[in-house]
Amino acid sequence: MSTGHASADAEAAARLLAFGMRPKLVPGRDVVYADLVRRYGEDSAFKQLTHAVAAGLGLMVLEVNAQAGAVLAATDESIFEIKMDSYARQSKIRERRDTEKVLHGLIHLATAALGYPRPDDLANDTYIGRVSVEQVDGVVREACRILDERAAANTDPLADAPELEQAWRAYARRPAAAATKDGRLAPDTTRGMVTRALRFLAEQGFLVPVSSEQGGTYRTTPRYQVQVRELAADAAFDELLALGVVSVPGEGSTLRASAGDTL
Amino acid sequence: MRADETTADPDEGLARRLKALACTAPLHDLDARKSKLDWADATVYQMAEIGLHTIDQVTIAMDFDTGADHHQVTRRLLPFIAAQAPDRTADEHTRVARWVLDNLINVGTTDRGFRRVYGAVDADGTYRRRAFDFKLLVELAAPDGEVYLRATDEAINVLVGALDTDVESAHIAAEVKLENLITRGRLADAKLAAEQARYRTVQYGEILRARLDATRRDVRSVDWERELPELLDSALTHIESRFRAETAILKNITAARDEAEDPGHKRRAAELVEIVGDCIRRHTQLQNRLQAAGAVFRAEQDRQQFSGPPQRAAIDVFGQLLTPTLDLPLSDALAPVEAYFRAGTGTSVPSVPSLPSLVSLLLRPAPERDHVVGEVPEPELQPAEDTDAFTDEQWRQADALLDLPEVPRRLSGLLEEARATDPAVARLIALRAVHAYGPEVGGALRQAQQSVLLAVDDGTRLDDPEIGGADLLLMSALVDGVVDEGGEVDGDDGDDGDGGAGDDGAGDGAAWAPDGTAAEREPGLFDDGEAIEEAAL
Repeated sequence: MSTGHASADAEAAARLLAFGMRPKLVPGRDVVYADLVRRYGEDSAFKQLTHAVAAGLGLMVLEVNAQAGAVLAATDESIFEIKMDSYARQSKIRERRDTEKVLHGLIHLATAALGYPRPDDLANDTYIGRVSVEQVDGVVREACRILDERAAANTDPLADAPELEQAWRAYARRPAAAATKDGRLAPDTTRGMVTRALRFLAEQGFLVPVSSEQGGTYRTTPRYQVQVRELAADAAFDELLALGVVSVPGEGSTLRASAGDTL
Repeated sequence: MRADETTADPDEGLARRLKALACTAPLHDLDARKSKLDWADATVYQMAEIGLHTIDQVTIAMDFDTGADHHQVTRRLLPFIAAQAPDRTADEHTRVARWVLDNLINVGTTDRGFRRVYGAVDADGTYRRRAFDFKLLVELAAPDGEVYLRATDEAINVLVGALDTDVESAHIAAEVKLENLITRGRLADAKLAAEQARYRTVQYGEILRARLDATRRDVRSVDWERELPELLDSALTHIESRFRAETAILKNITAARDEAEDPGHKRRAAELVEIVGDCIRRHTQLQNRLQAAGAVFRAEQDRQQFSGPPQRAAIDVFGQLLTPTLDLPLSDALAPVEAYFRAGTGTSVPSVPSLPSLVSLLLRPAPERDHVVGEVPEPELQPAEDTDAFTDEQWRQADALLDLPEVPRRLSGLLEEARATDPAVARLIALRAVHAYGPEVGGALRQAQQSVLLAVDDGTRLDDPEIGGADLLLMSALVDGVVDEGGEVDGDDGDDGDGGAGDDGAGDGAAWAPDGTAAEREPGLFDDGEAIEEAAL
């Protein structure tokens, strides 16, 4: 099978992947791209060839459709992988590095949670969510507040075991904004970190800037939906399942807090 | 049930008082550190007073949307600071104001807050140290991007001195106290009580603001079926009664102000009228918000429309991912967020270097650093101290003595000869002899050395005043690298080197110990030595 392809086919498959690596490009704006996407949908041999080329490069094809284009993900240890270590650069040496990484990760989770508030929204291909810097920070802080109220009488962190401190405490303690001398947003505040995350996602073609209201407002793209739905949410969910802190869901969403939580 | 248990526990009260005490620490700290300021003699200022006044100013400026910004607060502090040290310059006053403000925010720490460690006895009876994190003033971003200040609940509690009390009941108590005070004519106390009532109102408004904000973000995060209507109802009732009470008080004090004879009394009554007037204004503002709350809900519900049941199974990101992760300890939370990040951020395209672009990149003139970082200081470098134990001359003499191409010589003879010229050379000879006991022929071969010094122990003891051990036989062997046998020599050398290293230490320090083992090893060593020599020949 794999030997029967003409080199032209292999080139086309690789070209489709190359289009997928330009995340801001959509098939609607490029005729060649649109042709390749159509061919991927219609020609199963071409589809398999594309998958084989991707696998060889260290990529996974999550989905190829007319809205999102070719959505790719890096496999483990692939050169295309984005390392969290390089993303969460340390601003101050004395801060614990893990704390920074967890805060950045939480912000990315919260962005997806706000972009797709309900399971329906994540499942519905036509849904487009809206996120803003202020809202993302607000969503996490609100969740922190509810967890704080839910916490038992004395759960102040132990002074000699900082790594056992709950993540929401670390987030709640971090200031939302801080004035710097030159009037910029301080990068180690939560709003600074959210701003960075949203800009980063916009560069990855997952968000599109809409306005500068609320510290920067963005809308989600179909590509982001695919990425979160097909891969990222499951990856995090598996980790949480392994830790035994979530169970397989019943009906409906849990974003609505239970009666006792809000006051 | 858990709450009941802990309130019954006397330690809970202790922890609460410790926390309350901790909130005052930053204020005391201001006075403790003022003498160390290098830009002014700040001992004349009462820093704790200025700190409390700062929190006052920020609290008063708080309303539903924003608070005061740094400049406003600094400006309002100036008259108060100037009153403490009228002979100092306005510049210094501003600087003191900024210093106090920065310290109350705790600028310079990542979290911009304070931490106090306190001890508490757990449910299982063990004493644990816990950290209490608190803030007095926080900076928040307004919709227009400006940063403004708000006082935290802790700060308001410290300020009004009513720690850990219920907002509503304290409010009523303050009002009753005010009325009593007025009827008894004690206006100074009345003013205090009225100010407290105002802070309470601000605090009450904060709670409502948080709820409305949550509604705007997501209608479902707040229970609009029962709880919020109840809250709104009780808040409206509350405002109604406060409004009535305060209007009555206003009428009474206005009358008291007009009737008072004593100018001091008159002035204080006038101040009180102003404060109560402000309270009433704040109540009205709160009431407007409460009335608009229903409309906010309906508008948000329209905006955040509900849709049909899920078309396919998907994960609820907020409930199943974000909230559980937030509740995990930091060390456990790392794995899920890293998994999410890796999978959720897409791919990065590695850059492939190409020579033409690399060349042009390298030839590009360097950006002038002076414009960016200012003058780059020239580092003053000191030459490193001479760390060699032996001089070049001593090395040369040792080299000459250890050049033994034909006949092996005993170490004792070499030492004697060396000591005649320089005792240091003798020590160097001894060290080199020990080093030669396990010679690295492989290394010598690789480095293309002409000869290598070999030391062999034939069991003779060294009789020397300074150095003890075996009287080694020393000889230099020529190294003549033959490629085929090179590998073999390398292999032998590996074993040899290991054995040599072990014996080296023993030969150095404990002079007589290794005799037995050395004797056992002898044949092997000689074999190796011969093999090497054969290889060399």
